[in-house]
Amino acid sequence: MKRVTFGHSWLPYFFVLPQIAIVVVFFYWPAGEAVRSSFFLEDPFGFGSTFVGLDNYAAALTQAEYQRVARFTVWFTLLVTFFSLAIALVLAVKADEILRGAKTYRTLLMWVYAVAPPVAGLLGILLFDQHVGPLVDVAAWFGWQMRVGVNYWDTAFAMVVVSVWKQIPVNFIFFLSGLQGIPHSVREAAVIDCKSGLRRFWTVTFPLLAPTGFFLLIINITYALFDTFGVIDLMTKNEPANNPVTLVYKVFLDGFRGNDLGGSSAQSVILMVLVFILTVVQFRLIERRVHYT
Amino acid sequence: MSLSQTQGADAMAAPLAAPAARRIRWRAVMNHLILIAGSALMIVPVLLAFITSTHDAVTIHREGLQFLPGGAFSETYRKVLLEGTGFTGEVNGLTMAVNSLILGFGFAIGKIVISMMAAYAIVYFRFPFATFAFWAIFVTLLLPLEVRILPSYEIVHSMGLTNTYTGLIVPLVASATGTFFFRQFFKSVPDELLEAARIDGAGPVKFFIDILVPLSRTMIAAIFIIMFVYGWNQYLWPTLITTDESFFTLVRGIKQILQVWVGSNIPEYGEAMALAILAMVPPVVIVVVFQSWFIKGLTESDK
Repeated sequence: MKRVTFGHSWLPYFFVLPQIAIVVVFFYWPAGEAVRSSFFLEDPFGFGSTFVGLDNYAAALTQAEYQRVARFTVWFTLLVTFFSLAIALVLAVKADEILRGAKTYRTLLMWVYAVAPPVAGLLGILLFDQHVGPLVDVAAWFGWQMRVGVNYWDTAFAMVVVSVWKQIPVNFIFFLSGLQGIPHSVREAAVIDCKSGLRRFWTVTFPLLAPTGFFLLIINITYALFDTFGVIDLMTKNEPANNPVTLVYKVFLDGFRGNDLGGSSAQSVILMVLVFILTVVQFRLIERRVHYT
Repeated sequence: MSLSQTQGADAMAAPLAAPAARRIRWRAVMNHLILIAGSALMIVPVLLAFITSTHDAVTIHREGLQFLPGGAFSETYRKVLLEGTGFTGEVNGLTMAVNSLILGFGFAIGKIVISMMAAYAIVYFRFPFATFAFWAIFVTLLLPLEVRILPSYEIVHSMGLTNTYTGLIVPLVASATGTFFFRQFFKSVPDELLEAARIDGAGPVKFFIDILVPLSRTMIAAIFIIMFVYGWNQYLWPTLITTDESFFTLVRGIKQILQVWVGSNIPEYGEAMALAILAMVPPVVIVVVFQSWFIKGLTESDK
């Protein structure tokens, strides 16, 4: 809010109305609908629904399949977040350190940002293809008979690789801009005080990057949970039964393929709560623990 | 590249003793090697896909992915762009590209117009429900579309908006990213501007159109690039909303290609790769060409 503002009776409503209307119709209504139908058991043929209380939640949480998917989602998220952050950090530190060609490297390392996840998934299918994929040949040298799309763990491995590849550029862009925001005086002082480059990184640069890092941590967790949908949808090749999927993909499967409206909605609400907690944690952590100076 | 680099490092390290200079040189070489490896990791998969797309299906099927350009480039891309693919054969690469452009532009423009207006009202006006409007809009940042996908589909379906551009674009606009971004920017605009404009007799509408919008030009460009790429790359929502092939976007069409593959004896790897390349070229070109705007927008809006 500005110190100086306009006082006008209806104009602000006119300006804010389109956004509010869209948000109400396409956000609050569906979100509310998800919460409502999570308490009902819908007849699969469309003949009404019965109130079942928390049954859908109980059914989802006790289902062995749901627990398996949840476990996979946790591992998948951890691996994707860790590797895409670590690789991007190394590359950003190097790109910040070199004197020549920094702009060229920046371009070469960031453009994959614009590649859509399903397109990345298609590339993954090709590179890990049983017949034509070069990465399968590479794995075969090490005695690993990779069968992506057939073997659960092989598919999981390929999914992590593709998802990490797709996410490196975003992390790289933010880390690099974070590094370039560190003042020269601080850097010079650090060089004088500490000769070892590695120690200088952990004691000076890394703490200064912490705000960027925490922000990216949440971004990456959200990415691994939701935006990898395209990668997973392509790489399971329409056979999600014996391939790994994430919780969001299961919401989609149960809702659209299984026609289980109540179960799918209950899972949606569980995810909503999860995202809500993540966001609160994000604000709390950034406000309290991280030093900005 | 590493040679010129070491010369640069030499000039810097001249006053230092010889071992230190050598260490710095080695460090520079290592840095470049790591960066080259990283760049290769990003480029090689796409390059392989492109080179493979210039070969015919039989060659690819027999010999695997190709590392040298082949002779089928014009034929493959002509086929993908102009001839029918998919189940009914009604849609070709060109129509899909047009649909992708409509989605990308429609989404970016719609989002910018709507969110600028909302941010203007929130920042520059004092009105009842202002705080309520603010929170109502910003709560949407919490829940991505994927989480509420089934009810969103049901609602859009019940409105009869499936297989329309409206149904494709408008529900995607229902998130506050743009509003949040413009709010931050408007707050950084000095108050004196508004005071001066009021003394000169400018009303709220005139101030918005004649001063604030021109002032936000760079910001609008940056957010346009981000939103265009976001819209172009949408996958799940178009997959649900468009069942009529004439509304398919390139990214949506990828899945269809895969399904046609599964049943065929010699999969059309080349054509699938060509389609993937077509789907990534426009957003990649925009991001690379307008790099500095794009990075500025991305790093400033999300913090």
